[in-house]
Amino acid sequence: MDRQRTRSPLARARGFGSAKHGAEHWWMQRVSAVALVPLTLWFVASIIAHTGSDYATFIVWLRTPLISILMVLLLIALFYHTALGLQVVIEDYVHSGVKFAALVAVRLGCFALATSGIVAALRIRFGG
Amino acid sequence: MSNQAAERPRPLSPNIQIYRPQLTSVLSIVNRVTGALLSVCGIVLVVWLVAAATGPHVYALVQGTIASWIGQIALFGVTFAFFLHLCGGIRHLVWDTVHGFELRSIYASGWAIVAASVVLTLAAWLPRLFAG
Repeated sequence: MDRQRTRSPLARARGFGSAKHGAEHWWMQRVSAVALVPLTLWFVASIIAHTGSDYATFIVWLRTPLISILMVLLLIALFYHTALGLQVVIEDYVHSGVKFAALVAVRLGCFALATSGIVAALRIRFGG
Repeated sequence: MSNQAAERPRPLSPNIQIYRPQLTSVLSIVNRVTGALLSVCGIVLVVWLVAAATGPHVYALVQGTIASWIGQIALFGVTFAFFLHLCGGIRHLVWDTVHGFELRSIYASGWAIVAASVVLTLAAWLPRLFAG
């Protein structure tokens, strides 16, 4: 008790919590959501526009610099948002020993999917 | 004293099954379920991109699966799930600005996102329905 009183309010506030990043998850979920509103709408609209396109037309479209950039941004925001969202779902419903494994699997899975997608988009952009 | 406490089962909050479904709770669950479903769609998106990067033959295989009857029905369902999650997410972002928490506004925005999702899904599929 005495030890706490000798610390300044700021020092005490800084010391709260074990990780000191309590708001980070909540905040990044919002930031990624805001990014995904235009990105996913762009993606869905593009897919509708390409309904009848063949492979060649589709690749020409994907090769455009702006489209490559938007696709990479979509993949980053999408899998960041997915990792954060699934983490909350697991934390809420999984209470057995599987919880730890599931949390690791979701994180690594989202990293792997985002990387695979970005590499594919770049291969289309720069590949022969 | 401590033994007695250990023997008596701890009180549990009532299970969700005993509640009459309300728009508010149903939409909350819908936002989670659609989010989980869209996570699976993320895998399909990457498979589709990797197929496109690999070449026309692999791409045709993936495209053929999506163009099949089952694929199209799944894609329609996913479109609806996407718009529900998108509109539900925007509703959450509005709540984050501390607006729309009155019971009336919560129900109004709830029905609004259901209606918007139906309209947007149909609008997204109109070209497809007319084409084929």
